[in-house]
Amino acid sequence: MKVGIIRFPGSNCDEDAYHAVVDHLGAEAVFCWHKDHDLQGAELVILPGGFSYGDYLRPGAIARFSPIMREVVEHARRGAPVLAICNGFQIACEAGLLPGALLRNDHLKFVCDQVHLRVESIGTRFTSRYHVDQVITVPVAHGDGRYTADADVMARLEGEGHVVFRYVNASGQVTDAANPNGSMRNVAGIRNAAGNVLGMMPHPERAVDVQLGSADGLPLFHSIADSLMSEALV
Amino acid sequence: MTRFRVAVEIVPRRGLLDPQGKAVSDALHTLGFATVSDVRVGRHLVLDTDATDADAARAEVQRMCEQLLANPVTEDFHIGLPEHA
Repeated sequence: MKVGIIRFPGSNCDEDAYHAVVDHLGAEAVFCWHKDHDLQGAELVILPGGFSYGDYLRPGAIARFSPIMREVVEHARRGAPVLAICNGFQIACEAGLLPGALLRNDHLKFVCDQVHLRVESIGTRFTSRYHVDQVITVPVAHGDGRYTADADVMARLEGEGHVVFRYVNASGQVTDAANPNGSMRNVAGIRNAAGNVLGMMPHPERAVDVQLGSADGLPLFHSIADSLMSEALV
Repeated sequence: MTRFRVAVEIVPRRGLLDPQGKAVSDALHTLGFATVSDVRVGRHLVLDTDATDADAARAEVQRMCEQLLANPVTEDFHIGLPEHA
């Protein structure tokens, strides 16, 4: 698997993503500068976390117009996988790759914590290595993570099973206390209708080593690698 | 072409939780301004832009709002009257 990690001015989880896929997965990875028009043959594109363009105007609002986003959108339109984490999720929503928006946390504070997520769907190319309703521990670190969408979009996400991760307590229950930012229906991660773009506020790339708290993010990267492998065999 | 100055107000859509607005509203109540029932905190932008006339300037700013300045999912915008800059 060759992974292209997009670097915007202000990206700060690009190295974490590189470490996860290269050192823990054994994949090949390259950094793609936002001003270039070259994904360097990447099969998986990662839009990493950070504060692209200092969150000016709105998080992700300026980055979506970076030159390389043309190639990223084209990559997604071809059905190739895009993993959008944290600021990457915000950029993906601004770019129209995913529906909805990420607003300021309801309590107005930056939240930096380990949270529990319930895997809502294992029938995706991002989650096949998990089991149904598995509760995983992954860190969050954001100020603008409150997932918001209008009623129609929300109904479609729920009805068609596009909610991939939800904030829950340690026993897997959806509660207000387990919701770190006020996201509608405790949504932590969603996929697009085609199933090749995943956006999530929590950081799976920072949960790849038990010695650092959790390795629960690793199956996500293995799932993507599996999906690319099976595509190659077809 | 004439240079126009156009002000744009962008506010969180009514009905969506605006935690900043709520915090400001609570503080106003603490100060005794009991008449305040709702506060929305948004952004105020002032653009200088060249156009043939005021209507054209306004139409151009409308497009800017739709494509970049406001998020169509969560925000409403109001464009002020263009003035000569």
